[in-house]
Amino acid sequence: MSRTGDEHGPLVDLGTERPQVPAQARNMSPIVPRASISGRALVAVVAIMTFLASITTGTVLLVSASAAEWQSEVASEITMQVRPQAGRDLERDVTAAAEAMRTQPGIVQVKPFTKDESARLLEPWLGSGLSIEQLPVPRVIVARVQPGTTLDLAALRSRVTQVAPSASVDDHRAWIERMRSMTGATVFAGIGILVLVIAATIISVSFATRGAMAANRPIVEVLHFVGAGDRYIANHFLRHFLRLGLEGGVIGGGAAMLGFGFSESIAAWFSGTPVGDQFAALLGTFSLSPSGYLALAVQAVAIAAITAWASRRTLFATLDDID
Amino acid sequence: MVRFENVGLRYGLGPEILRDLSFMIPAHSFQFLTGPSGAGKTSLLRLLFLSLRPTRGLVNLFGQDVSLLGKDQVANLRQRIGIVLQDFRLLDHMTTYENVALPFRVMGREESSYRREVIDLLRWVGLGERMDALPPILSGGEKQRAAIARAVISRPQLLLADEPTGSVDPTLGRRLLRLFIELNRLGTAVIIATHDITLMDQYEARRMVLHQGRLHIYE
Repeated sequence: MSRTGDEHGPLVDLGTERPQVPAQARNMSPIVPRASISGRALVAVVAIMTFLASITTGTVLLVSASAAEWQSEVASEITMQVRPQAGRDLERDVTAAAEAMRTQPGIVQVKPFTKDESARLLEPWLGSGLSIEQLPVPRVIVARVQPGTTLDLAALRSRVTQVAPSASVDDHRAWIERMRSMTGATVFAGIGILVLVIAATIISVSFATRGAMAANRPIVEVLHFVGAGDRYIANHFLRHFLRLGLEGGVIGGGAAMLGFGFSESIAAWFSGTPVGDQFAALLGTFSLSPSGYLALAVQAVAIAAITAWASRRTLFATLDDID
Repeated sequence: MVRFENVGLRYGLGPEILRDLSFMIPAHSFQFLTGPSGAGKTSLLRLLFLSLRPTRGLVNLFGQDVSLLGKDQVANLRQRIGIVLQDFRLLDHMTTYENVALPFRVMGREESSYRREVIDLLRWVGLGERMDALPPILSGGEKQRAAIARAVISRPQLLLADEPTGSVDPTLGRRLLRLFIELNRLGTAVIIATHDITLMDQYEARRMVLHQGRLHIYE
């Protein structure tokens, strides 16, 4: 027997009673009533999780960007110290060492610090009005390295010590290594927090889905009676959860983006204070790059997708139990 | 269309409530299923609707061994079966019209393609004025008629009805019986589980009598 209404006559014959059938489509109620899913709590959970995840990611991005900036600045510089030595003329040693550095391939700029400049460097510790001649203060020479070149540090050291035996060359390698490990630790901690946030989101969403399915069990049973498959039923629930996930993602991600948007102004208010200066030293200008904002937006969508995925997984498991 | 061979059913570790059922339901046939309360009529209907699996024996539905069916295949088979349950199982957030149209909606049909059919059937069962009412404000009889309309609207190949006239007056009961007979005339195999002797006396049909878990058929 055919199942489509167009291929056979009406099931019932109303004769002259046949009513006028309205031409316009009726507004059909959703299969799963929106109010039956306690959405507000879930939106709040997803929003908070997305906010925390965004703050974590944003901070990691800021620290990484600042660290990369410091590293490139520090790596493009080498410093030489020429210590005073009995029987040797410090000024002559400084000039000779600076000259030796200038002739080294890869060095683009050499700046020996004068006596006055060295005194100014020591001012924060030793106070002003210092007579540097009375102290055995080493002299500093700073050189800028051509970006992209690998400096032959051993050759430079050997040439410099030939002309100034008390000179030592520092390429800040130890400092850069420490910076690298600090950045790595920050990124690692950030990833750890993200994993925890995502795990908490999945657990919350699974509980919410299970609760919604329990509340809507009679609907699921009727849908089974009229021949609906699990995929059909799951898709109707999934729409609600995807929408709730997106709402939470937009609220949490949006709040975090606004926070980063305003953080530059807030940092400006605190500049000059000890706290403000510490944060500025650690996180730079607090301004997230456009790609950073894009990463936060992608992350918010990913959390909404994770919400939908966790919900779908729980839906199918629960549908198996109900049938 | 339906074939049972030595089918038995028990719930958990309890006694076997259906024993050695062997029968066939031919296409286009009409039968009453009767027996005392607790004889297992509803359980037999649930076996036929695939919401229970037998503890032993073979159930073959539309040419398929049901023990080999996956969930999607069960859903597809259920679209060929209409069922009216004693507790109606209407969705409270949907209007009477939407409840009756639900099988078409699940099949993915456009609303415009079935609107006339649904409205005609609702008028036939006396719910023309209650199309936009929600089930919580319908009377027991109205709910029963809505449940019957939902079961028959897609003209299933097999209709299972559990006490379908239990909540309506005799006149309406006769009208509903005419609907089942009409559906049968159009090709649906009908099984009506009932205690109502008056209803069974109104139409000459095969009687399947369940007694102490065993089935006796009177052609």
